[in-house]
Amino acid sequence: MASDLWPGVRLHIVTGKGGTGKTTVASALALALATGGNRVLLMEVEGRQGIAQLFDVPPLPYDETRVAVAPDRGEVIAQAVDAEAAVLEYLRMFYNIKRGGTALKKIGAIDFATTIAPGLRDVLMTGKTGESVRRRENGQPVWDAVVMDAPPTGRITRFLNVNSEVGSLTRVGPIKNQADSVMRVIRSPETMVHLVTLLEEMPVQETVDGITELRESELPVGSIFINMQQPEELSDDQLSRDVPVSAAQLSSGLEAAGLPAAEPLVQALEEEGVGHAVRVRLQRRERERLESLGVPIVGLPLLDGVDLGGLYELAETIVAQAPR
Amino acid sequence: MSPTTPAPIFDVDGLLRSPDTRIIVCCGSGGVGKTTTAAAMALRAAEMGRRVVVLTIDPARRLAQSMGLNHLDNTPRAVPDIAGDGSLDAMMLDMKRTFDELVETHSDPERAAQVLENPFYQALSSSFAGTQEYMAMEKLGQLQRESEAEDLWDLIVVDTPPSRSALDFLDAPQRLGSFLDGKFIRILTGPAKGAGRGLGRVVGAGLGLAAGAVKKVLGTELLVDVSTFVQALDSIFGGFRQRADETYRILQQPGTAFVVVAAPEPDAVREATYFVDRLTEEHMPLAGLVLNRMTLPPGHGLSAEEALVAADRLEKSGEHLETAAMLRLHADSMRSSARQNHVADRFTAAHPEVAQGVVPALADDVHDMEGLREVGDLLAEDLPRTG
Repeated sequence: MASDLWPGVRLHIVTGKGGTGKTTVASALALALATGGNRVLLMEVEGRQGIAQLFDVPPLPYDETRVAVAPDRGEVIAQAVDAEAAVLEYLRMFYNIKRGGTALKKIGAIDFATTIAPGLRDVLMTGKTGESVRRRENGQPVWDAVVMDAPPTGRITRFLNVNSEVGSLTRVGPIKNQADSVMRVIRSPETMVHLVTLLEEMPVQETVDGITELRESELPVGSIFINMQQPEELSDDQLSRDVPVSAAQLSSGLEAAGLPAAEPLVQALEEEGVGHAVRVRLQRRERERLESLGVPIVGLPLLDGVDLGGLYELAETIVAQAPR
Repeated sequence: MSPTTPAPIFDVDGLLRSPDTRIIVCCGSGGVGKTTTAAAMALRAAEMGRRVVVLTIDPARRLAQSMGLNHLDNTPRAVPDIAGDGSLDAMMLDMKRTFDELVETHSDPERAAQVLENPFYQALSSSFAGTQEYMAMEKLGQLQRESEAEDLWDLIVVDTPPSRSALDFLDAPQRLGSFLDGKFIRILTGPAKGAGRGLGRVVGAGLGLAAGAVKKVLGTELLVDVSTFVQALDSIFGGFRQRADETYRILQQPGTAFVVVAAPEPDAVREATYFVDRLTEEHMPLAGLVLNRMTLPPGHGLSAEEALVAADRLEKSGEHLETAAMLRLHADSMRSSARQNHVADRFTAAHPEVAQGVVPALADDVHDMEGLREVGDLLAEDLPRTG
């Protein structure tokens, strides 16, 4: 059964500038997609083990491991795709090479394939993802959805555009065929690239640039996830002032609340108000820039530290706002 | 698990002012504010009267503009309006350009052209993830040599590439270097490399099989490109690895100081911890940890709980709602501050000897020289991170 969020999409690629909470959003998205009884595969391709830490489980092996259950018997299975294991698996699957792994490592061939050969690592990573999306058992897809915690925005287009990258190096041969089949999955309507951002200038600029690049390469742009939105505690009228809540207001307010209206406290609260107004104005300005892009937006609140409970909370928020 | 002894205070001004400090390397995982920190430190050192150059990797356009430069490129450009007698030059690493120049400087035009046109070289110089690190290192080496030969700068501040792991900056150059000098290349390029070094002769059957598999997978075309590239390059500069090693040694010199930047979040602090472990292992001089964008408690002693109780009371009474809102904001920042301190304490527990500096979260982004100066002031100020 497919999820009714982002109908028709089975591969969700989640990117974002470093520090925006890409892994958190990818994990919450996987939980959201699993809601209602779906089986969702959550893939980590950058070897950070961030998913394991979020779900509070031991470091993920290369094998698929269940990390969470979702409402109504859904489940999230996670996998850390390690480039070296992917090469060996690839050789086994396509060339029936079972021995030789150690020898390959010894001469540095694995190193070459996973870290040095331009684009090859990306072919392996995206290839593994493509294979998961296509995998079927008893005529049914094994996964209702696949979520990839992808490389950051600055690298995403190059990462996904493995075809042109590798194409310039090898015009024929197995790697080229592999790249072609990956591109077919990525360019299909079943795939979407989501971008995670904060409402700050630099991440928003990177999101704008990222979307432009993705569109130029004809890669499918999904939704923008605004992460860690600060709650707005002030009215429009208060926001328009330099000092949203004055010392006089605060003094009488504190007295009414039974707190000593000491000078340092009043002053600190006044400053907090000024800082908050600056941040809220910045948030609104950046949000407008994002809205002008014509991409659906999902807003996620700032949590006081993200734990498993927080992930479920974010998943609910996603379910409530996702395009259907 | 709050450590009993607070970490030593990071004396940023002492580091920036000391004539013994010749190179500062800013590291940390992506998105922690490395580039801004590097620029702010460089500006501060310049305004102390030193001649400084800052090498940024991938600055936001805004940061370049904040230094009064419309755009940064591979050549150091003077930043205008530096207060005092010092100077600041800023540049941005262009990895392809740096790689191309490296090839051009070390070979005759014909050979250089041959390398520059090679498809494998083109892919390697513009897209391989480690090339940026390698070229950042290379550029640092170049700047240092130029500076010494012509007495150009007193201090070089380097930003590091936005890789997922700060360790990549140290590892990628050697990985690339050892590959290009390595056994695998010799095997792939074996038959063309002269008598007795051919595939199957020097290697055992297992290796032969493995190398065969690689050829099968990659296709001969790519291997021919790799092989011609490596041969052309080999004669250009005797050994990539040697070159990477030389630059690596600059990082171990006493005049070099590493500054590790982290946001007070578990991931960033974990990365910082790994990086510090590694610096210690490699005997690389670590100056301190900068905890960037910390939420600092206002220091008037009203706890989050007290603030929330008071906010509740006001909201129930239906009056002074604006004060209630401010009290809720206050409670939020007290909680964030406590959580961030807890994360930072974990670092202190692992590395009690490492000095720490704190830069509080700014309400707005950095737009201009004033903004950069403010970050510098905050860096140098001895701010306590707990209340």
